[in-house]
Amino acid sequence: MVTLGGHIKETGSTTKTKTGGWRTFKPVIHMDKCVDCGCCWIFCPDMSILRKDGEYSVDLEYCKGCGICSRECPTGAIEMVLEEK
Amino acid sequence: MKVAVDVPSYVKCRQSCRASMSAVRCWRFKRNVKDVSEEELFAPGHRGCAGCGCTVAMRLALKASGKNTIATHATGCMEVVSSPYPETAWRIPWIHVAFENSAAVASGVEAALKALGKKDKVNVIAFGGDGGTVDIGFQALSGAMERGHDLTYICYDNEAYMNTGVQRSGSTPFGAATTTSPVGAVSLGNDRPKKDLPAIVAAHGVGYVATASVAFPLDYYEKVKRAIAHKGPSYIHVHSSCPPGWGIPSEKSIEILRLAVDTGMWVLYEIVDGKGRITYKPATKHPVEEYLKVQKRFRHLDDETIAKIQESIDKRWSELFED
Ligand SMILES: Cc1ncc(C[n+]2csc(CCOP(=O)(O)OP(=O)(O)O)c2C)c(N)n1
Ligand code: SF4
Ligand code: SF4
Ligand code: SF4
Ligand SMILES: [Mg+2]
Repeated sequence: MVTLGGHIKETGSTTKTKTGGWRTFKPVIHMDKCVDCGCCWIFCPDMSILRKDGEYSVDLEYCKGCGICSRECPTGAIEMVLEEK
Repeated sequence: MKVAVDVPSYVKCRQSCRASMSAVRCWRFKRNVKDVSEEELFAPGHRGCAGCGCTVAMRLALKASGKNTIATHATGCMEVVSSPYPETAWRIPWIHVAFENSAAVASGVEAALKALGKKDKVNVIAFGGDGGTVDIGFQALSGAMERGHDLTYICYDNEAYMNTGVQRSGSTPFGAATTTSPVGAVSLGNDRPKKDLPAIVAAHGVGYVATASVAFPLDYYEKVKRAIAHKGPSYIHVHSSCPPGWGIPSEKSIEILRLAVDTGMWVLYEIVDGKGRITYKPATKHPVEEYLKVQKRFRHLDDETIAKIQESIDKRWSELFED
């Protein structure tokens, strides 16, 4: 049922939908090549590059496999690998 | 299977950053991506297409404005993909309004906050796509700017009505093919120049007006911060890519968007209290063909038309960058 005024009380609730299922290729980060520039992080449309203390990882629950992070990485540290399920 | 990762040839950074072109981490401009807020106020799980540049425009705007923000949003892709009822990607109070009145509703929100004595603590942003801003929401926008509300209007410009299947808007560039400016024996695509909305908003005497591009995230982030800090109305027009609407591969979404600036198709500037300033000058000027040939919406253009587009860019370039 639609609430009065279409009011949604739970903010950020799109996280319930795991868009990772859209992916064909998945990014794999080779940390030995990473120079901690943050390009992949800032350009990801799906908030799926996780960054903590210079370590980078991919949130595969939501990453749609667009390939921007890989393309924008200046050192070629991110490889796009075909998903096999 | 592996996909080769090739760094485009025009990307030649001195070290391992791309300072000279994307300004992601730059010593010259004293910018660093680490200055950007870690807080994600735009949640994943939104339904934007893979590689959508417009969602990056939303994400960065919220990072710059922070959680004490109330936003209004005209319909359009960013509204539709972020609020598939009963879910929402927004982690701030956000109001979906009709197509034409994002600026009007934001004006009301601002007036209410003022009446409550809370305006100093809360930022107000009105979002709209190019259709919702340049065409349909223009009257509401003009009114909000003229009345002097303390709010920031952000137009994310993907250069057509994307959510309903790529119809031409007043912001569609000359020559682009859309479903309502198709290519054929008697049509070259859109035969009208792009409406210069930032200039029209500036003509209202608005104290802060800026153009930006998602491909230059720090420049955009700083502009949103300045617009929010500015007392009174402010306006940002951010060029944002749309892979299906432009006919480009998702991974090249940012790279092609960046070419718009490096060819002079899109210029990054700000106008503060009537004084203009270019915020980024491309190190080298790339021929516009490099931008046009990689997009399906421009692929039909013949040499003569490209030369015509180049000519108009050259004129503007010499006015702006050569003195
Ligand atoms: C008054 C009105 N007319 C038409 C529509 C249908 N409509 C919804 S979104 C949209 C396109 C929006 O284009 P734009 O503002 O450029 O945003 P984009 O989808 O490109 O991000 C249209 C025509 C509507 N919702 N309301
Ligand atoms: S492939 Fe796209 S969605 Fe996935 S992490 Fe990289 S930029 Fe983000
Ligand atoms: S873009 Fe590449 S080098 Fe930069 S932080 Fe990401 S993985 Fe590391
Ligand atoms: S159609 Fe374009 S603007 Fe809309 S969600 Fe997809 S990429 Fe983004
Ligand atoms: Mg649009």
